[in-house]
Amino acid sequence: MKLLTLNFLSCAVKTCKTSPLSFPLHPKDAELAKDDVEPNPDLLTNILPRLDWSALRTTAAELGFPDLPETAPSPEELVEGGKTVQDLHELLMETQIVEGKLVCGCCGHEYAVREGIANFLLPSHLV
Amino acid sequence: MEYLVRFSQSHETFRRPELEALAVIEGINLDVVSYSLNSPFCTIRLPSSAAATRLIRRSILIQSIHELWGAGTTLSAVHDQVRATTTHLWPLYLSCSFKFTLDSYQGSRPAADKIRIINSFAYLGFAGPIVMRLPDEEFVLFEDWPWNSTPLGLADPTRYFFGRFLAVGARDELPRKLDLKRRRYISTTSMDAELALVTANLALAAPGKLMYDPFVGTGSFPLACAQFGALTFGSDIDGRSMRGDGKRRTLKGNFEQYELLGGLGGMFTADLTNSPVRRGVLGDGGDGMRGRVFDGIICDPPYGVREGLRVLGVRDPEKSPWVIPKGKEMYKQADFIPPRKPYSFLAMLDDILQFAAQTLVDDGRLSFWMPTANDQDQEMSVPTHPYLEIVSVCTQVFNKCMLRHVVAGDGKLTRTGSRRLITYRRLPDAKVDQEAVKAWEGGTPKHEGKTADELNPFRKAYFNGFESPGAE
Repeated sequence: MKLLTLNFLSCAVKTCKTSPLSFPLHPKDAELAKDDVEPNPDLLTNILPRLDWSALRTTAAELGFPDLPETAPSPEELVEGGKTVQDLHELLMETQIVEGKLVCGCCGHEYAVREGIANFLLPSHLV
Repeated sequence: MEYLVRFSQSHETFRRPELEALAVIEGINLDVVSYSLNSPFCTIRLPSSAAATRLIRRSILIQSIHELWGAGTTLSAVHDQVRATTTHLWPLYLSCSFKFTLDSYQGSRPAADKIRIINSFAYLGFAGPIVMRLPDEEFVLFEDWPWNSTPLGLADPTRYFFGRFLAVGARDELPRKLDLKRRRYISTTSMDAELALVTANLALAAPGKLMYDPFVGTGSFPLACAQFGALTFGSDIDGRSMRGDGKRRTLKGNFEQYELLGGLGGMFTADLTNSPVRRGVLGDGGDGMRGRVFDGIICDPPYGVREGLRVLGVRDPEKSPWVIPKGKEMYKQADFIPPRKPYSFLAMLDDILQFAAQTLVDDGRLSFWMPTANDQDQEMSVPTHPYLEIVSVCTQVFNKCMLRHVVAGDGKLTRTGSRRLITYRRLPDAKVDQEAVKAWEGGTPKHEGKTADELNPFRKAYFNGFESPGAE
């Protein structure tokens, strides 16, 4: 699962959905892997407006990636390239979360990740 | 200029929606001049020949596209039109190598007739060498014969088209590449490669786009979308379908097989009714981006017949009161499998539409498959949502693979099965009809019941052979 995916996922518990704490989920004991992926500036440009930038900064910091700037780069900056673009590409496209847990900051529920597939199924008392 | 599209005469109702979707993907102004479900020939107007080649480069249902030089109901009418409108083009092909071919649909001619007809174009004055293999230019005369023309002994076709060959679609290449027979890992309900690719076309999968399949299974749709350059996401309530054997036969293994790993975004185990995907707020009037993530959602949801339709929950909490406390105790164990209950197909459709409205960007598309019985009594209406505009409804008729034929008293086959591919466009908030939203919010139907049959009229009808009350 590419780390980009984490920016699209919150806690699956319905009562958590309204809480800002349920997003982003916090990786715990995460085992990461890195694939070599061709840089694709067009893809980044398309994704950028859909990213929750502050959530992305949180994820990057929690996994020990270099700090991202406080505000998202503009599309022009993306086209120019540079360090931020490289960091973003590495973080969003090349890094995979393979094993570990994703923890909700609201209810504390832990979603297990195995073989790169996170499990968001809930027990009956949380449905 | 006008162009002739040579369709494949199969999946007829999918052809025009695919052509129009391709025009949207490529940003080409398309004008359909003539089209019929009963004919493989369609004439369109396009800005240029370069646009024509680009238009069909990823088409699955188009065989080829041609610069249209002349058309008519008789051969002499074609000659008249070629002489009247294309003399300025003739000098361009004066010295290149070329060949002429005759493409007869539903008909044939003796070889001598073919040569006589080809020679009747001698006035074009092409002086270059005639090369049968890989010529510089190919000129094709198409004949549209009526059904059954050979046994009826008909002398002439009803229509002719004459044109210069420009390009072929992806029909010969991509369905073969993604063919299920050669795919490492499939399951009983994997979508066949041709229709998965057509679905990806209708949902406008393209480089840089994000596509999501909430019933991913072994990944047929994400593979098709990734083939067109999209970044794909998927989920399934049953994690085993994605994991496979954990070695080579996995969803990821399929992406590896086709060298499409760059298009694999993320797969996760989840239930659509309790989805972790973050959603936008309907009608917040935003820029259509923040909060909404996907460019396209494509899926083939379980109909509840071959594959059970289940969501998280307990079927009957009163009958089995121990299930919930037991789950509370055990859910943290790694091998815990959460209980599931049967669910209504119609409720599932409503959920899919609502999910799409909340997660698709403006003009993003939802394409999904649903069953439909040809019979009036059993026909399911196309579900609607005020934030989603229906773009196309395509029907695939089965002869016998999925549904039983019901033989009526007179021995004729009266009912066959079919399924539909329905495509919607996410309207920008500003274009949504607020009256429709009010009506929709007030009238959301409830689909209740506990057993699979109660919840799912389609399933019930399937196992009862689609007999209408009062039938023998």
